[in-house]
Amino acid sequence: MKRVLPIFIVVVTAVLLITAWFQSGGAQRREMRSANSPEQAVRLMLSQIQSHNYDAAYDRLANRTDIDKTSFMREFQGSYGSLLTYASLEKFEVSPLHSTDSDANVRAHLHYSTAVGPLDDNRDMKVQKSGDIWKVVWPVSQSAKLPPQVIPVNYLRWDVISRGASDDWGVQNVDSPQVRIVSMNAIQRPDSVVLVGEVVNEDSVPAYVNVGATLLDAGGKELAQESSFDKISHVLLPKQVTPYRIDFPSMRLEKIKNVRMDAKALLVAASADPVIEINQQKMETDPLGKKVLRGDLLNQSGQIVNIPHVIAAYYDSNGKVIWVSDGYVAQALLPQIPVSFAVDVPPDIAKNVQTYRVVVNHYDTNSQS
Amino acid sequence: MKTLITVMGVLALAATAAASEIHGPAQTSAGSAISISTSGSGEATFYLIGPASATKQKVQAGSDVPIVGDQLDNAGRYVAILCASDGCTSTSFFVTPGTANRLGLLVHPSRVPVGKANGISTVAFVFDNFHNLVLKPQPIKFSILPKNAKEVSANRESQNGVAWIRISSANKEGATKIGAEIGHADEVRVVQQVAADACNLRIKASRAKENFLVETEPVRDCSGNAIPDGTVVSFTKSDSAGKTTVDVPIKRGIAKVEMPVQGPARITVASGVVTGNELEVSASR
Repeated sequence: MKRVLPIFIVVVTAVLLITAWFQSGGAQRREMRSANSPEQAVRLMLSQIQSHNYDAAYDRLANRTDIDKTSFMREFQGSYGSLLTYASLEKFEVSPLHSTDSDANVRAHLHYSTAVGPLDDNRDMKVQKSGDIWKVVWPVSQSAKLPPQVIPVNYLRWDVISRGASDDWGVQNVDSPQVRIVSMNAIQRPDSVVLVGEVVNEDSVPAYVNVGATLLDAGGKELAQESSFDKISHVLLPKQVTPYRIDFPSMRLEKIKNVRMDAKALLVAASADPVIEINQQKMETDPLGKKVLRGDLLNQSGQIVNIPHVIAAYYDSNGKVIWVSDGYVAQALLPQIPVSFAVDVPPDIAKNVQTYRVVVNHYDTNSQS
Repeated sequence: MKTLITVMGVLALAATAAASEIHGPAQTSAGSAISISTSGSGEATFYLIGPASATKQKVQAGSDVPIVGDQLDNAGRYVAILCASDGCTSTSFFVTPGTANRLGLLVHPSRVPVGKANGISTVAFVFDNFHNLVLKPQPIKFSILPKNAKEVSANRESQNGVAWIRISSANKEGATKIGAEIGHADEVRVVQQVAADACNLRIKASRAKENFLVETEPVRDCSGNAIPDGTVVSFTKSDSAGKTTVDVPIKRGIAKVEMPVQGPARITVASGVVTGNELEVSASR
């Protein structure tokens, strides 16, 4: 009887340890450590990145001579205050594309969890067999570097001095900017009603703009109220036009009789810098078969744009806005260095798109605007 | 709440009892001192309840109660109550606004595009020295003092303390002063008249190394005013490489951008809802 209790405790402890090992993915890790298939090699490397074990992930590369560890880490950790610096690799999916005895191509679909929501990235990787194990050939991107130089920037900047609290009644204040909604289109999507359109700052001063909408039924009763949130470029310089999109989830167009639109504008301090050029915009089909609008962003100023946000408006043959899509770019925009972007377009919308227009919103950690 | 109950109680007492007597002027103007005469004898309590204040003091019944001007700053109905040992008695009088000597001037908007008919609203409120709205009609002189031009003025009479005019903005940009005057008081506001939408927006292109330099001609409105710097001009180029768009702020009157071109390309320009000319260029030319 004296021995039963210690034996029981040892057995229970062993069971708990084994269970914990299985639950923490130990078995999976052990299986992958062998990397006896191309997919396993990629999975192993990505799971090590997921657990921030960059040394082990770097050791899994076949082309370590071509890429240094810091550059490799930067691909996942981000740099210059980019969106990836506020993100973590949440999960990934790996699928084989092509395979022979000595090499293979594998596609990895990476899901990041970021400060502004989920971010997806697709990477096609080559995998090589080295002895008994498979190793990943990480695609080396030769990022251009700008030589040290001074870029003079002398664009306008607006500052605002408002009426003080101690001023007498009736003393003049500076008025809010005049903005106008130039178009609005209500679209029924499978799971929601979406309002898209454009708004212009008609004034000679910058404006911080937000567009809201209230849906009303036939009896004038309020059905729902939403705002454009981040589906708009909030800071508009004089005469600048931005697309906007307002989503009403679980709503049907038949229920709606009226829409009350409300564009609110505040006078804000702003800078006309940076100017971002959007080059080589093209509607394409991506490797996953989805319709996307691709292009390159080029920061013309000398200031780093930490988090670029692309908003695209799509027009039909009558010039009506039929869709607005947006996407955050994972990389920061360094001066004069092009960075590519791609935003999704639903396939049923894409077939009616005649033309499109892209604007870039930017979030800068050292912004003075 | 306690004060209200006290005041109500005093008023109720004053309505029921009428032993001592109290007499004041039927009307006086704001800020003027008055005297209220009382009858009776002995020690009494004097209350003065106005539209914005209530005071209480010990007085001698039968003597005059002096009320200084400071206690009568606010126009409206005042009630004076005297409570002596034989009960309370009351009288009421009106304080009218003093001489019009201050103006509240609201001018809207603070920025207006040039050439906008009735685009500026100017409203003047007439007050006395104590911020009481002067309801009696008063003549007000509105003036427009444009920069480098003659003053223009118009007279209006206030109605219920308010007078207003609507003014059209000039055709030339710049600040203009709008003033209103009454007695010794005058108030001035500044309205910025800004250029209207761009008119006849035109671009030209020239070669710059491997790219094309596209720039606008000086951007002006239909009255010839320069569109302010910082106003965004959107350039769009379409060629075989795809579409390129850039929102460029005007700098020193023009907006310009360098664009790479592959083969034949079409370049368009717009500012807000105004579109300009189109250019056909070719990289091989």
